[in-house]
Amino acid sequence: MTAPLLAVHDLHVTYAGGVPAVRGVSLELATGETLGLAGESGCGKTTLGSALLRLLPRGTRVTGEVLLDGEDVLNMKPGRLRAVRWTDMAVVFQGALHTLNPVRKVGWQIEEAITTHEPRAARVRPRVGELLETVGLPARRAADYPHQLSGGQRQRVLIALALACNPRVLIADEPTTALDVMVQAQVLALLEKLQQELGLAMIFITHDLSTLAAVCRRLAVMYAGRIVEEGPSDDVFRTPRHPYTAALAAAFPVIGDPGFRMRPSGLGGDPPDPRELPPGCSFNPRCPVARPDCARTEVELWPAGTDRRAACVRVLEPS
Amino acid sequence: MSTAATTASARRIAWQRRRRAAARVWSEYRRDVPGMIGLGLLVLVVLMALAAPLLADEGELRAVNAVGNPTWATPSEFAPLGTDNLGRSVWAQFVWGSRISLLVGLAATAIAIVVGALVGIVAGFFGGPVSSILMRLTEWFLVIPFLPLAIVLASILGPSVENIIFVIGITSWPATALVVRAQVLTLRERLYVERSRALGATRRHLLGRHILPNVSPLIVANLTLTVPVVILSETTLSFLGLGDPTRASWGKMLEESFAAGALTRNAWWYYLPPGIGIMMVVLAFVLIGHALEQILDPRLRERRS
Amino acid sequence: MSARFVAVKVLGSLATLAFVVVFNFFLFRVVEPDPVANLFRGRNLTQEQRAELQQQFGLDGSRLEQFGRYVQQTAQLNLGRSYVSNEPVASEIVERAWPTIALVGVSTLLSTVFGVLLGIVAAWRRGSKTDYASTTFTMTTYSMPDFWLGMLLLIAFAVVLGWFPVGGITDPGSDASGIAKLLDQAHHMFLPALTLTLAYLGEYTLIMRSSLLETMREDYLVLARAKGLRDVVVRNRHAVPNAILPVVTLIAINFGFVLSGAIAVEAIFSWPGLGLLTYDSLNAPDLPMLQGLFLVFSASVIFFNLIANLLYAYLDPRVRTT
Repeated sequence: MTAPLLAVHDLHVTYAGGVPAVRGVSLELATGETLGLAGESGCGKTTLGSALLRLLPRGTRVTGEVLLDGEDVLNMKPGRLRAVRWTDMAVVFQGALHTLNPVRKVGWQIEEAITTHEPRAARVRPRVGELLETVGLPARRAADYPHQLSGGQRQRVLIALALACNPRVLIADEPTTALDVMVQAQVLALLEKLQQELGLAMIFITHDLSTLAAVCRRLAVMYAGRIVEEGPSDDVFRTPRHPYTAALAAAFPVIGDPGFRMRPSGLGGDPPDPRELPPGCSFNPRCPVARPDCARTEVELWPAGTDRRAACVRVLEPS
Repeated sequence: MSTAATTASARRIAWQRRRRAAARVWSEYRRDVPGMIGLGLLVLVVLMALAAPLLADEGELRAVNAVGNPTWATPSEFAPLGTDNLGRSVWAQFVWGSRISLLVGLAATAIAIVVGALVGIVAGFFGGPVSSILMRLTEWFLVIPFLPLAIVLASILGPSVENIIFVIGITSWPATALVVRAQVLTLRERLYVERSRALGATRRHLLGRHILPNVSPLIVANLTLTVPVVILSETTLSFLGLGDPTRASWGKMLEESFAAGALTRNAWWYYLPPGIGIMMVVLAFVLIGHALEQILDPRLRERRS
Repeated sequence: MSARFVAVKVLGSLATLAFVVVFNFFLFRVVEPDPVANLFRGRNLTQEQRAELQQQFGLDGSRLEQFGRYVQQTAQLNLGRSYVSNEPVASEIVERAWPTIALVGVSTLLSTVFGVLLGIVAAWRRGSKTDYASTTFTMTTYSMPDFWLGMLLLIAFAVVLGWFPVGGITDPGSDASGIAKLLDQAHHMFLPALTLTLAYLGEYTLIMRSSLLETMREDYLVLARAKGLRDVVVRNRHAVPNAILPVVTLIAINFGFVLSGAIAVEAIFSWPGLGLLTYDSLNAPDLPMLQGLFLVFSASVIFFNLIANLLYAYLDPRVRTT
């Protein structure tokens, strides 16, 4: 069995001030594999994505291991880290207006990515044009400023930008969240196509479980800083083994309903405050099938079927 | 519950919320060290101004009463701060002069803020031709250099404290107007205002319940940062001879010390205290304003990720 | 930046200038409704003499005619004659303009450069001792009246230490020329320039610092870092160009105002510029001179506001649509 392209072992991320955002996450990603990371706002999925390239603010404590093709990312020297960023692993951020530098043309911003890693590159402008066309934008858009583009166009620019240095791993952090439904579908289709054509390994972070089921081969669900279920996406979506996943999968999204974004699980209540986590299973206060001993059991990701794991005591029972 | 009772309890709840918000602001403010230093300085100066009659006899300010005193006496010769070129007690001038600086500072700022906020709110909220006219007016006032205008106005109106307050007040409002208008514009576009409008809320309701409470923190922060400018303006006007000749003020002390040659004589006890006094008051307001700005302006708060 | 945009801004400035001219006229008419009576106080004038003098001063005819004449004369750059020296106001202003421009120009340049640099360092190293020290220093200088700071520097370096002259622009009685003269003038300008630089430094530092702090929260900086750029490059190529926008407008606007704001400092150092001219004219009062100075100061503010607007549009592509 070949070593995975990206391996994360027992990652803990604590923000300055003692707020634990990620509490012991482990995952693996093979070349060309797609992994979906789902959960509500505040579950730590974005933090996890940013941690992989050490993009968290100063003062944040990160422990554990992140291995990119065997190389230890967390302990890399700054120079090596900068070289690895974008060329091996790149991020597609959510395309809000200020994700791109407002006073520079978008073409310039893509050029910068290329020339940073290939200072003596030739034909940079044409390459930028080709990248834009790959994502479905006319090459002349390179001369536009971010505020002159629509939300969907900006998202495409961010995808083109992420591909500029031919990375092997792509982290897509909520790439379709700010877009309306029709554009969402287009951008998703684009990402799918590019991933297959370029053989990219991709981590797709979102709150929308149904999207993940279609685009990713494997699925991991996060809650309160931990992975609570993982496995092949179809299986997980159709037969969830963790009550939280079941709630996420069962929620019927209404088109254009912003409330869905805030509460994709359809469950009442809110995710716990990371500073005041409930004892035992973090989900137990909201769990519809919670049992008295859930508050006393330290849950782990136990096997829950072929190639599946879930952090719920119910998987320990014989079915 | 009857509607009267619900209104009454709703109002009580609103008041409780405001009190809690104020308490929260205060507890956050207490943690800001420079802000507390500023507050301390201000309290010190205000106490001195209020206690002026206890600290020095007002009579000592008049040259007539100083005939028997030595002129240009150093602090060791004439406690506690020596005398000026006419033999008047510098300490008396310093203590009583604080009143003018504070009075003009606060009164002129009040005028500037009230006018500026009114213009800003009206221009931002109503838009259209009203806004254009008001904005042009603001721009014109901004463009006219303060000092020459103040000089001319002071010449017309005569040098008195009230006139100085008026002059500084009406030349300082444009900055507030601009800031307030910008904030009102952003607030107007906010979702809840739109929804309120869709529900049929009257303009008065929108102004009173939505715009005003959200603009007030900005106005408060702006207020504390306008006071330094106003106090420095008053000082400069007094220095140039346009201040009230009948009242002692720190700016006037500087003017007289300069004119009487305190620099060449190196009569430090005459020109140092007023300058230090001004610096203390202005610094106090700058620190307070800075601290308040951090707390009240939601854009400056730390974003939680 | 389209020609249309520029044209609109220029026209706006001209409109403001027109307003100032009108305002100027009526303002001074209110201050001194009857200059002839004022000037020739104590002397009995006959009706004819009075009429003749009034005509000489352009005070005959209706208000409207006077205004018309004023506008015409102003357009021809004729700003009247000084009460004090009887010389044309315009020529005296021109003569005294360059010391002020030199002083204000140098001070603005220095305070901008150092202020911005200090602000960048303070923001980038927020919370460090450097940040704390520079912020404290600039807040203190900002809180001082600028002319008082000048007094202190004058005492310390000119009176006590004697390193610099006590005032003026050249040593009286000196007939040096060429380079020697320039050096002498520079020597005289050192203290007033230092005063103005320190007085304005604080504002730039504080604004640059808070602007950069706000910019530092923006997402595009995370993206820039993610692309593999070095920290310094992220700061200089992404953060600073965005953060410096408010500072740029401030600089241009301030330049317009400092021209008239240097009055008190010039008085302290007897620097023979427009400020000192204003100070002296106040005491007379030399009304035509004050009127002319008022116009010049306002015009300079309008002009530099225009420059500021255009410069900002050049630097921030988001404001280019009118």
